[in-house]
Amino acid sequence: MKMKWTSYPYILWMIIFIVVPLTLILLFSLTVGEEGGIGNLQFTLDNFKRFLDPKYIDVLWISISLALKSTAITLLLGYPMAMIIAGEKPSKRNLMILLFVIPMWMNFLLRTYAWLTLLGKNGFINYILTKLGFAPLNLIYNDRAVLLGMVYNFLPFMVLPIYSVLVKIDNSLIEAAEDLGANKLKVFSRVVFPLSIPGIITGITMVFMPAVSTFVISRLLGGGQYMLIGNLVEQQFLWVGDWHFGSAISIIMMIFILITMAITAKFDTEKEGGGGLW
Amino acid sequence: MEKTNAIQLKNISKEYDGVKVLDHINLNIRKNEFLTLLGPSGCGKTTTLRIIGGFEQPEEGNIIFEGKDITEVPPYNRQINTVFQKYALFPHMNIFDNIAFGLKIKKMPKDEIKLKVKEMLRLVNLQGFENRSIASLSGGQQQRVAIARALVNEPKVLLLDEPLGALDLKLRKDMQIELKNMQKRVGITFIYVTHDQEEALTMSDTIVVMDGGVIQQVGTPVDIYNEPKNVFVAEFIGESNIIDGIMHDDYLVEFAGKVFDCVDKGFERMEKVDVVIRPEDLEITSVGNGMLTGVVTSVIFKGVHYEMMVKSNDMEWMIHSTIMKPVGTKIGMKVIPDNIHIMKKVMDQ
Repeated sequence: MKMKWTSYPYILWMIIFIVVPLTLILLFSLTVGEEGGIGNLQFTLDNFKRFLDPKYIDVLWISISLALKSTAITLLLGYPMAMIIAGEKPSKRNLMILLFVIPMWMNFLLRTYAWLTLLGKNGFINYILTKLGFAPLNLIYNDRAVLLGMVYNFLPFMVLPIYSVLVKIDNSLIEAAEDLGANKLKVFSRVVFPLSIPGIITGITMVFMPAVSTFVISRLLGGGQYMLIGNLVEQQFLWVGDWHFGSAISIIMMIFILITMAITAKFDTEKEGGGGLW
Repeated sequence: MEKTNAIQLKNISKEYDGVKVLDHINLNIRKNEFLTLLGPSGCGKTTTLRIIGGFEQPEEGNIIFEGKDITEVPPYNRQINTVFQKYALFPHMNIFDNIAFGLKIKKMPKDEIKLKVKEMLRLVNLQGFENRSIASLSGGQQQRVAIARALVNEPKVLLLDEPLGALDLKLRKDMQIELKNMQKRVGITFIYVTHDQEEALTMSDTIVVMDGGVIQQVGTPVDIYNEPKNVFVAEFIGESNIIDGIMHDDYLVEFAGKVFDCVDKGFERMEKVDVVIRPEDLEITSVGNGMLTGVVTSVIFKGVHYEMMVKSNDMEWMIHSTIMKPVGTKIGMKVIPDNIHIMKKVMDQ
């Protein structure tokens, strides 16, 4: 196949912003050498071996389990929400979607900072509690606060793809199922849910990937000591300056994300078209 | 009487946003008949069907199914199945699972389901298609799967909502005959919705002509065609010449400035009426031998016949004839009394 010249800018773009950085990360992960430079590189697997230390494996484990939890919670919250919105009249539907998207117009950092003032020791919630005579609660700098931040920030990414699949399901399919004797519950389990799986797969992908690699939410709501794999990478690059180890962690994280996506795609029974990355 | 009725509609009215789409519909649908709801789009025929299926609730009136009121019964508890306009086959299931859907819901044993689905596939001429996907079927085949999916549940009544609309002409004609044969074989009531008058005439035992949410006429295809009750029915079913006339007496009608013998009676003396003459009932004669004379103004070849417009005094007549008279020819026209149909004038028209 001959490539048209109109595709050259895009190819150039992809080389500069995708191929080169990925190659560099791979190169750094497989080598040791001077800080920040690419001279005198020596190939080695030491960076990966170093990650096998239990304290790093622990970080990976916590990151994955937190990401899985937040994905599960956004799915449980998001699916009914998407169903409710999709069931409304078109005018009301658009308004609800707009309300859902408006917070996303604000900066991600700002939105997360906002939770600080809500959950903090002297934050809004504790202020109300103490005014009512209760003891203040420890709401921030723990797993739950990070989880909350993830669910809050990533919920729209679960709701929107599921909504867009649900809203496209032909109403006559639902009527056909009812016509054939299916009550509301059976209509859902046999028709609506199976048809919405591509949306669920996309939603899971869109929530799990940023959740597993986030470092902002864990830094702000988990506190300075809180360590997820994203923070580990950030730390290696920005504070420790070990680009080689940082790159190796990034590669490991990428492999994990790819594996997870491959597993979720297996559940996608619809082969044609496909909703996820595979 | 009650026993021979499959479904009775009593005083059914339905509104959408304040617009009345069904206005006090009363209809008896006999067991095992092929009944067609015929009318232009927006006449309320699909709404009537959806009310029978349970997908819409009427604001007024009752639906009686074999003597029992089912107005409030949800669709999944009605012994009625539907073939939808766009087939509405489940895209995530193969042919077998689509047809087996209703039986699985009823928790029928697996072996029995297999047997029934196989039997159905034979009935609709799709043997061996069990594992094919919906997307791999042509429109006609999807249609037949939709029919099999409905019929496998052994409904007492099958509703069909313009099921042949998306098919090409040849396939549509074949499916019309196939559907009619199928209805005779399974021996259940078919309620069929269409806007295609030819389709209605071909398949139905009874045709219900609807317009503006009101039933205009109920009758056999022959009745509807030969004895239309009003101008709407006459114009909707086939082509017709509709002219103003005056009943002079029983069996005597005046139109086009002359008095003709006819076969209708029971009108007031000098009552104004509508006279319907089908284009194929006007015979061409030589000038002087006809009841009317006129000049041919246009000729269109229609395949089996020619369609000619003939100007006679101030009136224009449409004639269907296998004999062609060129434009400008002066001809005579004749019609036998049996083919002059007299209809009461509808006041608001």
